[in-house]
Order: sequence, then structure tokens, then C-alpha cells
Amino acid sequence: MSTQREVLNDVVIRFAGDSGDGMQLVGGQFTLTAALVGNDLATLPDFPAEIRAPAGTTYGVSAFQLHFSSNDIHTPGDAPDVLVAMNPAALITNLIHLKPGGTIIINEDTFDKKHLELAGYASNPLDGDSLSGYNVIHLRLTTGTLKAVEGLGLSNKEAGRCKNFYTLGLLYWMYNRPMEPTLEWIAEKFKARQEFAEANAKALKAGYNLGETVEVFNARYEVGPAKLPPGKYRNITGNQATALGMVAATQRTGLKGFLGTYPITPASDILHYLSRYKNFGLLTFQAEDEIAAIGAAIGAAYGGALAFTTTAGPGIALKSEAIGLGVMTELPVVVCNIQRAGPSTGMPTKTEQSDLLQAFYGRNGEAPVPVVAPQTPGDCFWMLLEAARIATKYMVPVFFLSDGYLGNGAEPWMIPSVSDLPDMKVEFYTDPKHFHPYSRNEHEARPWAIPGTPGLEHRVGGLEKQHGSGGVSYDPENHEKMTRIRARKVAGIANDIPELEVYGDEEGEFLVLGWGSTYGAIRVAVDRMRAKGFNVSQAHLRYLNPMPKNTGHVLRRFKQVAIPELNTGQLAKLIRSEHLLDVVSWSKVQGLPFTAGELEELIEGILTNKNTTPESVRELSTTKVE
Amino acid sequence: MNPIEKNGLNVLPEKQEYTAKDFSSDADVRWCPGCGDYSILAQVQRTLPRIDRRKEDYTFISGIGCSSRFPYYMDCFGLHSIHGRATTFATGLKVTRPDLSVWVATGDGDGLSIGGNHMMHILRRNINCNILLFNNQIYGLTKGQYSPTSEVGKKTKSTPFGSIDTPVNPVRFALGCGASYVARTIDRDAKHQQRIYEDAYYHKGASFIEIYQNCNIFNDGTFGHLTERDVKADNLLVLEHGKPMIFGKESDKGIRLNGLKMEGASLADVPEADLLVHDESSPELAHALSIMHVQPGLPTPIGVIYREERETYDDLANEQVEAAKQKFGEGDLEKLLNEGEMWVVS
Ligand code: SF4
Repeated sequence: MSTQREVLNDVVIRFAGDSGDGMQLVGGQFTLTAALVGNDLATLPDFPAEIRAPAGTTYGVSAFQLHFSSNDIHTPGDAPDVLVAMNPAALITNLIHLKPGGTIIINEDTFDKKHLELAGYASNPLDGDSLSGYNVIHLRLTTGTLKAVEGLGLSNKEAGRCKNFYTLGLLYWMYNRPMEPTLEWIAEKFKARQEFAEANAKALKAGYNLGETVEVFNARYEVGPAKLPPGKYRNITGNQATALGMVAATQRTGLKGFLGTYPITPASDILHYLSRYKNFGLLTFQAEDEIAAIGAAIGAAYGGALAFTTTAGPGIALKSEAIGLGVMTELPVVVCNIQRAGPSTGMPTKTEQSDLLQAFYGRNGEAPVPVVAPQTPGDCFWMLLEAARIATKYMVPVFFLSDGYLGNGAEPWMIPSVSDLPDMKVEFYTDPKHFHPYSRNEHEARPWAIPGTPGLEHRVGGLEKQHGSGGVSYDPENHEKMTRIRARKVAGIANDIPELEVYGDEEGEFLVLGWGSTYGAIRVAVDRMRAKGFNVSQAHLRYLNPMPKNTGHVLRRFKQVAIPELNTGQLAKLIRSEHLLDVVSWSKVQGLPFTAGELEELIEGILTNKNTTPESVRELSTTKVE
Repeated sequence: MNPIEKNGLNVLPEKQEYTAKDFSSDADVRWCPGCGDYSILAQVQRTLPRIDRRKEDYTFISGIGCSSRFPYYMDCFGLHSIHGRATTFATGLKVTRPDLSVWVATGDGDGLSIGGNHMMHILRRNINCNILLFNNQIYGLTKGQYSPTSEVGKKTKSTPFGSIDTPVNPVRFALGCGASYVARTIDRDAKHQQRIYEDAYYHKGASFIEIYQNCNIFNDGTFGHLTERDVKADNLLVLEHGKPMIFGKESDKGIRLNGLKMEGASLADVPEADLLVHDESSPELAHALSIMHVQPGLPTPIGVIYREERETYDDLANEQVEAAKQKFGEGDLEKLLNEGEMWVVS
């Protein structure tokens, strides 16, 4: 039987297996190869919460989803076309994601009594017809791997671990991918252990050859290169881009960089990356807790450093008092919240956008701070630069709201040239003659006068300060005045950020307004609706406090505005109170991102008056804007 | 790099002569009249002019409490921060600005209750700074509740039937945290304070100084046995490195070892050669000294209890940066952005 060649535009593969099966690794290798072939792509790992869950259990399943395409794409894909299930637990937990009629590649060797029981299968799904709606390909992947690496002197256990590369080889054959990049990677990675290098390379090739020989595949697929804007690209995760943004911001401001942080999922990777960049003069400090982390950051900012702190929602809760001190002392610090599902510990490895109001209001007293939010993994770089620019120019703590989906997700990123980055040079105040620590410049910012500067000895702190002189003050009028100045300073940033842009028609029927990581899913849904001839537009807020000046104006140009959010309507609440617009709020809080399909169904439901709501989404208001 | 040097601003004359007045800010001092804090402030202001260092290099950081008003009264750079966290701000400042002289003003509540965790970590990291812990064994600013250093059975507004928790021993705590410098002094002894502050300044690392401080409003006389003329000599042991431990009005008493226990002895019965000799570098002795004052019949030691030369976190952190620059070259952003697997779309 000869296999046919089919050309596809779009493929979503989900690799799922036990934590020890190396699924993240092969997912990463497939991603790299797809990038080198020129596909547009987006990826999302799905880690188990447990570090080393017992092998074979459902809570030890680790998955990696990859969407690659010859088109411009915006999400890791709603439902996979192909599910790789290395054991029964991976099958039972991931089958729900698969497209009807999709392909399942199963490692038959693990479908024994013990593994089936661990996964909770009463009977072997390979025997009955429960999988009849799918194209099931079951192969003895472990047996094949062991045979492939026979004679290399590996123990049975070591040999068995090569099965991820064996499986990857098979997928490379299916999608007609070159093996060279991975072979090179293996050679480099296992430099020190020649036998492992050889075994993994052999496994990869054997898997590829398996495709040729087993005759269970009807077709091989081609996914051609995408037409991305010309430039040099690399694949980047949101957390990586955030760390690079921090390096770039220190270089562009000319300041010493300092990160004070405490390990927390899903933010820790930023510390891991940044701690390697010491030759940029960057100091990373793993503090004893979240409070010490921001305390050290503000201490560093007081001394003239460009200071960052990174955390997730629970960490922000602990840092709130110190952020208030940053507001009061008017010192710049960038506070990165890589949001996760809450409240409390919530679901640490799952994504959510539920800390928006915490960023806006989660402090005692009137303590406004600017809030920015990246919309894609690569955008983390640019919004981090913006956060640093705003913090140092306006002397204020700035919130950077990323989330687990952006932080761990990856996309091709067009590498900027350093000369294209904004110049953010910072000058410290140095003139002792007319020095007033709480005087204001044209942006309402107070001078950054750092210790060690002759003649500028002065005191700052959490007590209310006299306007201008900076002495401690309990004067009622002064407190009101200072409160209003701090608010005005933040509000004034609206004059210094880009206007809100509309994608699609500039005005009309329906606008989907989003913020943060929902950008990709909204874009796909809007594109699909537009392709069906509906008048639907998209606007996405990267600046949340203040919002772009034209926000109200943009919203009022549409008959109806809907806001999908991974919370219970926090932006919708802000828009309603700020702009007196009764927007439609679409809310999903499952620790999962929106799928484009869900949003498409929602939009279509409203526009065709069917008002269908997918089960996963709650509609919190349907009152129309007149 | 010191940003000031970078801006070419270090152009004032090399040496400045200061007096205590130069370190006094124009803020009105708001402590209760008679409070021990006044003396501590005065002794720090008298000590700094003796040190050959430019005034703008001194930065005082505090938390919350009576003691934490301290920075407002010093004409230096100052950061009055939030409750218990002064040590965290000091850490971030010193690590990024090793050129500064960083001081922390804190109290028994601020530094050992809400801020106990951070105190532990600044001590073990050995951040090069000076920590003045005003210990008045009471909460003053919140108007008289017991503190973590109050003695058991303390009757206060919040403990009308007496407190029931065992107090923390600041010196023992600091030693347990791995502090490289631990000293104790007392508000009523001006000269002793000045000696300790100057000595602590020159110690490289986190210098922890417990200062017995009288709160004459809510806990008056707590340290009376150590400050009142007629009794203090019999209750205080002034430690000096290399000198035998002798105390008493007539210098007629000493401390000797009996097995592993310290005991008081009359010099009439025991030759001086049999007395314990203070050795600041001995951790064993330091631990014994830390519990001396809670043993009946033994005096309270003041002075430098322990001193150890150890690398500081701030030095090591900056050395790592320099070593990375040596090894990989000064960071090149263009190169960093263009790292890893790349591809070109034309
Ligand atoms: S309350 Fe006590 S410690 Fe506070 S200022 Fe008054 S006397 Fe001093």
C-alpha cells in the first residue's frame, strides 16, 4: 500500500504521557523543527501540578499542545487533530480535547492491566468500540524502541526512555519533517554521554522508518511555510520574553537592574532566565518571602536601580502593603503578576485573568497604579519595556499582568534590533540648590534623588508628605491634595500611550473588547465571523490603567460590545463604571483559556439572535447598548 | 558603578569635618520627653563625625514603631518603610549600592515580632549594614501592649492577667541566625554606645546591636537594675576582648567556668587567672553569654559578644556579576536577543 501525500494548512498535535515520558521535550523539538520549516506556530504546555506523581496515574500526566500552520495563527489551537497517548492515563485525560474523527497514536505496550487500572479504565478501550469515532493507531512503541537501541549497552530502563524520540520520529515521518535539527540537538545535549546520544538518535530514525514500514497510515501530510512578515524570528515563551524585556529595559534606561523575587508557579522561570544574565550587570535576589522580595526591589529602586519583582496572585496579596509604600514614596518598581487560577492557592498551574481588580484596587487607601498587560508571548517583551518606561518616567510602581497561558505559551517572535528599542535614559536629580523631594515636573513626577548625592539628604516614607517640601504632614488639605496629585499623575499617562486600535470595521454592529492573553482566541473568532460576512470588530487593551484616551469613543461606535474574560467580568465591571456602557460580559473560570470556537459560537449566537451560550461560558449580562 | 561617580558629581572636597549638629535634621523630635531614644539618637549623631565618611553616603532605614522615627531626625538619606520590613529594603539597597553606609533602626516589635523572619535572613546573609535594635520590651507606638521580648507574666493593656509566652532573647536569636557581629549596649551609657556604634560601623557584615532602651511611659524602669547608680555595677558585666570577666562596684567579682556552666565568684576566693577571659571570636562563649542574664546571680553582659570575619552577601553578589562579565564579556543585548534557534522569513 502506498501512502498518499496530502497538503494541510493547519495541524494541532497534543503530546500526552507520563511526567517521566519526556513529552515537553519532544513537543519542544517538534516546535523547533516546525519553526525552521517556516510554519507559523503557537504552543502550550500543560503540566501536572504534582512534581513526581506516581507513574501511570492521571494526575501525573503531562501534555504539550502544538499548533503549526502555513497561515498566520494566533492560538495553540482549540482541539487537537492528533493525540499522542503514551499510556492509558494520558488517553483518558486528554481524549476530551481531541477533534471528532481525530487521530490517536497509542503506545500499546502500556495498555496492560496495571496501567489500565491506574488510569481508571474498567476495560481496555482498545478492545471495545469506545474509540470508534477516531482514527486509532496503536503501536508497540516501547518494544520498538528497545529493539532500535539494542546492543548499545543501555539498561532496560534507560533504553525504554528513548521512546519519546522514537515517537517523535514517527510524527516527523507523518508530517514530512527533517530530522537534522533534532539530531543535532541530541548530539549537543548528550555530548557527555555518547551512548545516550547514539541511542536517542537511533530511536528517532527507527521511529521515522516505522512510518515507512508499518502500513497503518493512509497518508503523509505537508504543512507549508507561513507568510509571516519578513524578518528574523525565534520561538519565545512569554516568561522568556519578559526576562529579555527586563534586560533590554535596564540597558535602555542605563540603570543597574535588580530583580527581587520569590519562587512561585508560574513566574519562577523569569528568575531562572534572568539569573543567567549576570554579565549585563543584573542582580537577581531570591528573597526569603514575597514581602522581602518587593522590599528589596523598592530598596534597590530607592538607591537608583531599575527594580523588578515577579510573582503570581498570592504573592501580590503579600506585596500589597509594600506596593502602597511604592505609591507613597513615589519610587519606580515593575511588579509582574503572572496570573494563575485563584483565589488562595487555587490551581497554580492553570491560567486565569482574575487579578485585574486586585491590581487596580488591592491596596489600602487611595493607591492608584498604572497597569499594563501583554497580549501574546512575544508582546511580553514590549509591554515590559513599557512598564519600565512608565515606572521611571512617572516615579510609580507599575503592574505588568501576564498569565500562565502567556508565560508558558510560545510563538515565533520577530527579533527587534536594539536600535529600534525606545530610548528610556534616566537622569537622577542632582542639584542641591532648589531641591524639594516632593516637587513635581510637567508629568507630576517627583525627582529621583538617590542616596550618595551630595546635598540631597532627605527622608521619604509611608507617612503622608507635605507637597513640595516632603516633611511629614497630617494637614487635611495637604492629604487631599497629595491624594489627587497621585491619581492625576497616573491618569495623565493616558497622554503618553498609543490610542486603542480597532481591527475590522471602525464602527458598526459588534465589538469584542479584550485584554491580555485572550487576544489570540478573540482574533481567530473575529476572523471566522468576518469570513462568514458578519460585521464584527476587535479591540484589545494593552494599557488598562489608564486606558487609552479614545477607549470610550471607540466603544460607543458599536451597537454592542462584548468582553470575554477568564474571570467573572472584571474588565466589564471597570468599563461599566468608567464609561457607563452596559457591555456583555462573557466569563470563563476553568483554569483554561477560551477556545476560538467558543467565542465564535458566542458571537454568532448574539448576531443571529439565537443567544446560544457554550456550556463552558457564562454570560453575565445581555443588555444591549443603545 | 556608583551612579554619582558616573555623573561626575563627586567633586566636593575629599575630606569633610562634621559635628553632631550636621547629622541633626530640622524635623521636630516627637518622642516622649525622657524616652531612651533621645540618647540613642544623640550617640549616633556624635559617632558619625568620628568616622571618615561623607555624609551623603549614610542611609537610615526603619520600619514602624517609636524607634522607626529615627531616620526623620537624622540629616541623612532616610527611608521610613513599613512594619517589620526595614531589613528587606536595606538588603536591596546595599546589594545594589555597596558604596553606601546602610543603617537599620528597628525595635523589639518591628525587628523580632513582625519582622523576625527578615531579621533572620539579613543576619545569615551577612548584608554589610548596622542594625540598631531598640529593645524596650513593650509596644510604645500602639500604646502599651506586651512585646515578644517582654518577660513572662507581664501585665499590659492586652494582657491584664499577665503574658504567658516565653520571650525571645535577641542576642541568642541573632547568634542562632548566624550573625557575624552581635553586641549589646544600653541607652544610659553614652560612651559605651558610641564605642559600640563606631566598632559596628567598621565591622564588615551585618552588625546586630541590641540596645536596652527605657520606655518611660509604658515600661519605665525595666532596665533600672542596669542603669541606677547604686546597683548597676553589681548587675552589669562590661565585656572587653582579651580581658577577664570582672564586675561589681569594687571590681571584686568575676565569672568562671564550672564544668559547662558559668558562675559568679568573689575575687577574694578565686585568683584572677582562674576567671573567664572574653574572646569575641568564640561562638561557644557567645552562646553562654547570650543566656547569662537570665540566670540568677549572674550579671548582664554588654559590649561585643561575638565577632566573626565572613564574606558578605553584597560583596559576593557583585563579585558574581563581575566574574560573569569576565567570563562572558560585558552583556551584549543584540547578541542576547539573537540567541538560540532562529530563522529568517523573507
Ligand atoms: S512610648 Fe515609650 S518608646 Fe515610645 S517614645 Fe514614648 S517613651 Fe519612647
